Amino acid sequence: MPIIEIKNLTKKYRDITAVDQLNLQIEEGEIFGLLGPNGAGKTTTLMMLTTLIKPSSGTAKVNGFDIVKNPDKVRSSIGMVFQDPSSDDTLTGYENLKLHGMLYNIPPVEREKRIKEVLELVELTGRKNELVKNYSGGMRRRLELGRGLMHYPKVLFLDEPTLGLDPQTRDHLWRYIEDLARRMHISVIITTHYMEEADMLCDRVAIIDSGKIVALDAPSKLKEIIGGDVVTIKIKEPKIDLIKQLPYISKVDVKDGIVSLTVANASEHLAEILQTIGQVDSVEVRQPTLSDVFLHYTGREIREDSAEGGWADRVINFRSKH
Amino acid sequence: MNSEIRGILAIWYRELKVFQREKSRLVGAIVTPVLWLLIFGGGLGSAISITGLNYQAFIFPGILAQSVLFSSIFFGIYIVWDKKIDFLKEVLVSPVSRTSIFLGKVIGGATDSMIQCAILLVIGWIFGAFNIIPGLHLTIFSFIFSLVAIAFMTTSLVSIGLIIGSQMESFEGFQLVSSFLLFPLFFLSGALFPINRLPAWIAPFTFINPITYGVDALRHIILGVSQYGLLADFSVIIGLAVATIIAGTFAFEKMKL
Repeated sequence: MPIIEIKNLTKKYRDITAVDQLNLQIEEGEIFGLLGPNGAGKTTTLMMLTTLIKPSSGTAKVNGFDIVKNPDKVRSSIGMVFQDPSSDDTLTGYENLKLHGMLYNIPPVEREKRIKEVLELVELTGRKNELVKNYSGGMRRRLELGRGLMHYPKVLFLDEPTLGLDPQTRDHLWRYIEDLARRMHISVIITTHYMEEADMLCDRVAIIDSGKIVALDAPSKLKEIIGGDVVTIKIKEPKIDLIKQLPYISKVDVKDGIVSLTVANASEHLAEILQTIGQVDSVEVRQPTLSDVFLHYTGREIREDSAEGGWADRVINFRSKH
Repeated sequence: MNSEIRGILAIWYRELKVFQREKSRLVGAIVTPVLWLLIFGGGLGSAISITGLNYQAFIFPGILAQSVLFSSIFFGIYIVWDKKIDFLKEVLVSPVSRTSIFLGKVIGGATDSMIQCAILLVIGWIFGAFNIIPGLHLTIFSFIFSLVAIAFMTTSLVSIGLIIGSQMESFEGFQLVSSFLLFPLFFLSGALFPINRLPAWIAPFTFINPITYGVDALRHIILGVSQYGLLADFSVIIGLAVATIIAGTFAFEKMKL
């Protein structure tokens, strides 16, 4: 039985349709990625699934409970880690966790046990009595991730979980999330615009654009759609017409003196390609990535650096304003 | 333990921690009323007289009510703050019902206000005992009974503050709406003047202002003078508390993020 069943889920804000007739099933124990650019409707979808906003039409079942008819039951089944900081920075790390344990009705003895467990997991044991005010962005993120796990949810929602984290912490978190999903059989729904994250972490990925799913499959399967390796050639005067006649090349893109080719079995044919195309400055052969898949489906590149105003930056901006 | 009760306790726990950390809130809430009492009361008191009472003693219950009014309504601004830092989402995504979240907040705000008033009552007792304000005689009985009246008043007013806060997205909006409410409620309550000799056009406003009855109750308890009697006073402040709690749970159900 799927842990999440989304049926015709739609959210409209006046003229804008943020989420448009979404249909999707997510299996138990799966790590599922919603991949898309800013404003694609990822966060809106998550907010509806976690009952924080009501859908305009359509519905979904989470852990067997309807998000419209039974929001309380849904909330008891889920954990959520928000994109923006959602801990209270006038409290200490420990106090934030204690508060969370109380909100989820964990009895005191068990609560203390889990706080200890979670603090160790996210490596904040030594700083648990410090005010969250004095935490770095990464520490605060870790605390909130640990907090989202503390009540052993059936489904864990992570909204851009590694935004603004350094690569080391990010790797660490990925391994941790993966381990957790496997070991505790938690289903994890993650929104991201980091291709690498979706590729490494997710069993299946839905590419979402303008509120609609444009592609849905395992990352490896999605990459197969590209139909070969990606050969990028830097060249001043490419002989495009000749290249297009080669039978094993399925796609040719020319942009700013760079030719991108999709080539079946590139290592075998590279010599011939290079002879045909002309005087080459440099060449790169690589496996297709999810970025290529994204480009293929949406006709646009996803830019990893243009996050929705970095998580930590916004805290700083907000603090300096008030 | 019942999950809703633990949820209410969770919110209360958090409000108490914040109150404990932010000492400036408490200092402000104590210093301002004392200045009103000493400077405003002392200054105006030298110019006017109220039958049988020292003016500062007369306004002491009024100043208590003022402190409850302002700190309780302003407590609502913290819900706007919670929205801004997304802490509210963390609370709303938990299994605890919005009604319990609202009740936890009300108890939290009411606790802050009661602590402030307890301190002010002690200060009032000192002022009376050392004859700084002649005629102000606080007893254990009036101390406890005042806090009972204040509990009902602060419950209503915190609820009103939270209702405003739940519908607002900015601090500026909250301040605008609340100041439109606060000053009329305060000035028309009889906190600073007797209400039995008011001009005819002001009297009806005073009559429909629920704070009037809170001030009247406190004045009865502390000074033994009253306009409407304790039964009428308590009927109004208890009725208001019930009504605002119902309205507040409704406002929290409707609250958008």
